[in-house]
Amino acid sequence: MSSSVKRVYGYLAEFESASALYKAAEKVRDAGFRKWDCYTPFPVHGLDDAMGIKRSILPYFVFFGGLTGLITAFLLSYVTQVGIYPTTVQGKPSNIFTVPAFFPIMFELTVLFSGFTTLFGFLGLSQLPRWNHPIFASRQIHRATDDGYFIEIEAKDPKFSAEGTKGFLDEIGGENIELVEDDGT
Amino acid sequence: MADTATKTTSETSTPREVKIPVLERETLVLNKRSYHWITERVCGVIENKQPAFWWQLFIPCAIMAAIGVGGGLIYLVSTGVGVWGNTNRVMWGWPIVNFVFWIGIGHAGTLISAILFLTRQNWRTSINRAAEAMTIFAVVCAGIFPAFHVGRVWMAWYLAPIPNANAIWQNFKSPLLWDVFAVSTYFSISLVFWFLGMVPDLATIRDRCKRGVKKLLYGIFSLGWRGSNRHWSHYEMAYLLLAALSTPLVLSVHSVVSFDFATSVVPGWHTTIFPPYFVAGAIFGGFAMVLTIMIPARFIYGLGDMITMKHIDNMAKIILLTGTIVGYAYLMELFVAFYSGAKYEMAAFTYRITGPYWWAYVAMMSCNVLSPQLFWFKWCRENLWVVMGVCMAVNAGMWFERFVIIVTTLARDFMPANWKYYNPSWVDIILFLGTIGLFAALFLLFLRFLPCINIAEVKWAKKESDVHYDDKQQHPDEGTVVEAAYQQEVEKGTAEV
Repeated sequence: MSSSVKRVYGYLAEFESASALYKAAEKVRDAGFRKWDCYTPFPVHGLDDAMGIKRSILPYFVFFGGLTGLITAFLLSYVTQVGIYPTTVQGKPSNIFTVPAFFPIMFELTVLFSGFTTLFGFLGLSQLPRWNHPIFASRQIHRATDDGYFIEIEAKDPKFSAEGTKGFLDEIGGENIELVEDDGT
Repeated sequence: MADTATKTTSETSTPREVKIPVLERETLVLNKRSYHWITERVCGVIENKQPAFWWQLFIPCAIMAAIGVGGGLIYLVSTGVGVWGNTNRVMWGWPIVNFVFWIGIGHAGTLISAILFLTRQNWRTSINRAAEAMTIFAVVCAGIFPAFHVGRVWMAWYLAPIPNANAIWQNFKSPLLWDVFAVSTYFSISLVFWFLGMVPDLATIRDRCKRGVKKLLYGIFSLGWRGSNRHWSHYEMAYLLLAALSTPLVLSVHSVVSFDFATSVVPGWHTTIFPPYFVAGAIFGGFAMVLTIMIPARFIYGLGDMITMKHIDNMAKIILLTGTIVGYAYLMELFVAFYSGAKYEMAAFTYRITGPYWWAYVAMMSCNVLSPQLFWFKWCRENLWVVMGVCMAVNAGMWFERFVIIVTTLARDFMPANWKYYNPSWVDIILFLGTIGLFAALFLLFLRFLPCINIAEVKWAKKESDVHYDDKQQHPDEGTVVEAAYQQEVEKGTAEV
């Protein structure tokens, strides 16, 4: 049974090029909107500043991920080789002077842990993977992965108003302005 | 007299501005193709019916993989590793030759996606995806050999540092264990890099699919990507970080592989030149393989506007550079053997060149050092038949390099009673041919189901993608379209020649 009650998600407007989107994004930012987003088929450089997005904090996670890898590798090799099961082979000692022989593994695990922290950190920060999203109810959003440039202003934004926001998007050069309704599925 | 002459010249000639001719930057997407065209063309490779070519290549490759790798390994495991041609001295033989060969090929992908990304070589955008896929498949092929070379493959888990009943731990001081960590890290990180780079393009394909299983699967693997700039912001940071992590990684992997040889006290192996020599060789062989598979794919699927002659030219130049480095390493190895005065070192190299394996040495030298020298000539880099020929020669030559290093060195050790000519068995041969089939079959499946060109990045590399593309007035110093005054004059025909 389909319910006829729909919730307004927001307004979606298309812009003709990356530079038009860039200029419009600056205006949306300056108008004081908070809950809004741009949709582009490729990363548009400079759009972060135009939207007022801060630099991603991902590197901090990755630093500690890498550090964890480094310490793990050191403990794994040192404790097993020097502590639990010292083997004297290849004329290499089993004491603190063995540590240089562990450098390759320390390096590899640092990279391994950092790489996976990057992946999962990215997914966490972007709240992906996600099965569905209200924006997919739009009839034109599929073009955002092809050649469309969109700005979307959410209804949750305190400055949002049904008429005013539509007029504002029109004013900054948006075309194909669409009211996206979340049908709750 | 001289004074007056100087004076008159300075009076008559007006001080002229020094004009520096600006080389035109080649466009990366030819014929002013639109964004939509790029999407259509790359997705078309997947969505349209495959050309007959695809089946004609895929079926033999799949059969080769099934008989060679499948059948070969079943026979090997059920009988024992004695069916390989390995002998008491040449215990590494073909399996390790093939391992080093494949792992070397796997280097170009990450080089293109990481090092060329950090050095802002935008031409990488149209070839990185296929090169990364090639990396993954080459590492898959490489991994088969050491896993089965351990003898009893069901005990291969002893390589992993997990506690076991005998309380034995791995020898972390051994280069062979370093190799386990290096190769498995390389495989994992390359896979993450490849997958993360593909997420936006998988979303593109998802958005073009009608409902059904295809849409579901592309939907799952695209993770719900919607092109949001708040995501792009983190995505680009993640990509940059992975590139920065992969750059030392790609250089480390073949260095660690070379440690397997260099840290052993065997004449011909015990040299400090090995790590850089192996890395240069790996990049060299990898680029040759990228071209070997990209030139036919470009032709079959009509991707010529994205993978342009400029791309092929650049790759040919990298092959020339790395091939020359490899040539230098070969010669330096000989010189150091001579200069060291070490009797056994000299004997090992004399044996390599003049012994019964001279043919392998000649093949290595002519394929790896001489054939890339053709790329000094522009017409050779522009003629695709020549490029393909050189790449094939390099592919073969890099295999011979590993054969020369491993087999000739091991065939004559310190005990003359052990000296024997090494011959591979038929199992060695079908297993190697099988991995070639497996590699090709996996690559064909990749072309069939995944976007073979990085759609988002190729779009990004277009001039129009710059946000200051249309306002030269406000941002004369930024953007990609500001042309030098001299260039404009050249176009108008008013420049002084």
